[in-house]
Amino acid sequence: MPRKIIIEPVTRVEGHGKVTIHLDDNGEVSQTRLHIVEFRGFERFVQGRPFWEAPVLVQRLCGICPVSHHLAAAKAMDVIVGAGDGGNLTATADKIRRLMHYGQIFQSHTLHFFHLASPDLLFGYDAPPEKRNVIAVAMVNKELAIQAVMMRKFGQEIIQATSGKKIHGTGAIPGGVNKSLSVDERDKFLKGPAPMNADKMVSWSQDALAFFKDYYSKNKDFIDNFSKFDSNHLSLVRKDGALDLYHGVMRAVDAEGKKILNDVNYQDYLKYIREETKSWTYMKFPYLLKLGNEKGWYRVGPLARMNTADFIPTPLAQKEFEEFRKATKGRPNNMCMHTHWARLVEILHSAEMMRDLLKDPDILGNNLVVKGTREKEGVGLIEAPRGTLFHHYRVNENDQIEMANLIVSTTNNNEPMNRGVNFVAKAMMTAKKEITEGMMNAVEVVIRAYDPCLSCATHAYGKMPLEVSLYDGNGNLLQQKRK
Amino acid sequence: MPTFVKFTIDGVVCMSEEGRQLVEAAVENGVFIPTLCNYPGIPPKGSCRICTVLINGRPATACTTKVAEGMEIQNNVPELEEFRKAVVEILFAEGNHLCPSCEKSGFCELQALAYRYRMTVPEFPFMFPKRDVEAWHPKILKDHNRCILCKRCIRGIFNSEGKPIFDFGKRGDKIVINIDPDTSKDISDELVQKAMDMCPVGAILKKEKGFDVPIGKRKYDLAPIGSEIEN
Repeated sequence: MPRKIIIEPVTRVEGHGKVTIHLDDNGEVSQTRLHIVEFRGFERFVQGRPFWEAPVLVQRLCGICPVSHHLAAAKAMDVIVGAGDGGNLTATADKIRRLMHYGQIFQSHTLHFFHLASPDLLFGYDAPPEKRNVIAVAMVNKELAIQAVMMRKFGQEIIQATSGKKIHGTGAIPGGVNKSLSVDERDKFLKGPAPMNADKMVSWSQDALAFFKDYYSKNKDFIDNFSKFDSNHLSLVRKDGALDLYHGVMRAVDAEGKKILNDVNYQDYLKYIREETKSWTYMKFPYLLKLGNEKGWYRVGPLARMNTADFIPTPLAQKEFEEFRKATKGRPNNMCMHTHWARLVEILHSAEMMRDLLKDPDILGNNLVVKGTREKEGVGLIEAPRGTLFHHYRVNENDQIEMANLIVSTTNNNEPMNRGVNFVAKAMMTAKKEITEGMMNAVEVVIRAYDPCLSCATHAYGKMPLEVSLYDGNGNLLQQKRK
Repeated sequence: MPTFVKFTIDGVVCMSEEGRQLVEAAVENGVFIPTLCNYPGIPPKGSCRICTVLINGRPATACTTKVAEGMEIQNNVPELEEFRKAVVEILFAEGNHLCPSCEKSGFCELQALAYRYRMTVPEFPFMFPKRDVEAWHPKILKDHNRCILCKRCIRGIFNSEGKPIFDFGKRGDKIVINIDPDTSKDISDELVQKAMDMCPVGAILKKEKGFDVPIGKRKYDLAPIGSEIEN
């Protein structure tokens, strides 16, 4: 008898989504889908607004990583005001923005790994649901939990110092920034009493990596093989191939490591990227144009970045990067759960970047804004915590935005997440008569690995129940479980 | 030789020059009476009503009243504070005031008063009027969503020939304050900035000017509205 399983909402991710799994007469998984069922609409309602509002307005898409939208929009508006595409900002503006961004990456990755993902690793995906949460983590590993909270706090305070607020600041403006750091602000982070200083953040990031690697050594089969499938990978890289989360050129590699997008200027992204729509979700499906929608889908985010970058320009993270790449003998890593590992390498890199930027005297400068000849159209790309984020605007002669196109990181990962759900559903649920809590959570575990921020595409509120329903072939309800 | 008069505000004896606008006389005596349509240096209008006080027990707008000997004024009393909060709430509900993305956030008098009166969400239903952004002018952007029709700009901004830059358009509940294309043709950057500063909300903007003062350094981040008078 055919059955349909619904997991709604997906928990311990940012935002709301649901999963449907269809089983045929033989209990084989015939179809799986991750649905984003809400509509956001920012691209429409920024139309008509003055362009200088975009970095402040559009970041309201989300409270999770608003800095990413803030900076991507500001980068697009840099182009509009003639400040160029990344390279022409003043040293102070460039470094303050980078500091803000690495603070954001640091706090967002920390939140994801410790608060959202670690319960699955510490207790197992089939542990009782009342145990799979951050409170339970704190109960069994108090020190780890305190470190997580303080690391997140450090990142948030970096954001506040550079943008004015921990969430939804105004630091980046078209052509630059509206503030630099004072000596007191800088010293608080650099020389502040432990644990709230940059050196401590670096050592705690190393501890986090050690924690993961210890877990990996004991659970190698799970981490290596849970939802493992080949894909293309896309990200920004610095012009010399280094990992750069703030600015660079677009690079994509296939599952064998062959470059399929060779360091191209992202102002021309429309020459390379297309988006496909499907009737059952509000999230689009981007793909590389030259490979088509069937073969051109790709992963973005920490795993993809480890696969596209040639090296990491900070020494401790570079050492970890080399170890990470060694695990696949230099070939691109297509193991979904290794995304957590990659994310932790980026946490370490962000900690090193924050420390180095804080030591750079340019962040104390007063030369904040540059402008040049006006342009009508601008694209801003950034590597958000969850992956490549595209902002594209066209501005009319009256300074009003007349077109906006956003491709958010989670949208880029739409196809991989759907494939991951399918992979796990087939592995866990095929020919099973009863749905267990562990099976349902296994599906969520694979989604969680991508750290999706469905907030960027959704607008849900209130307490939504997790409900799983079994239907017969005629749509009659056979079994229902709620929590 | 000016003549001085004695009056009381909330029972405290005050002194000021006879005939002084009550709002100004209150400032001289360290008392804050909120205003929105009133602006120093331009003729008072008394249209927003937020400066309403009780003079000898009867309500009157403090911006259009001149002080006189023996006046007994009630200002900081619960009845008036509730009324003023309601005025602020009505203005929020009547327009489209989206503080999070507004260039005047931190400088906006309406927002500052909403904080002063601890407005959380207006008691009145939002009207969500459909209004436009007037962006044709090369230097000024007029966002009708945020305009509270206080007329400060009409009464206070004139070109070098003494002609007003702003004027009313349409009628009834569709009324808007427009930019006059003829009188504003050669407007200086300084005058645009003056118009933006005079506007109590974010309805008049100098183009490309926004968010250049960091959070924490904006006018009302540094000191809440009225605090500079009440010390």
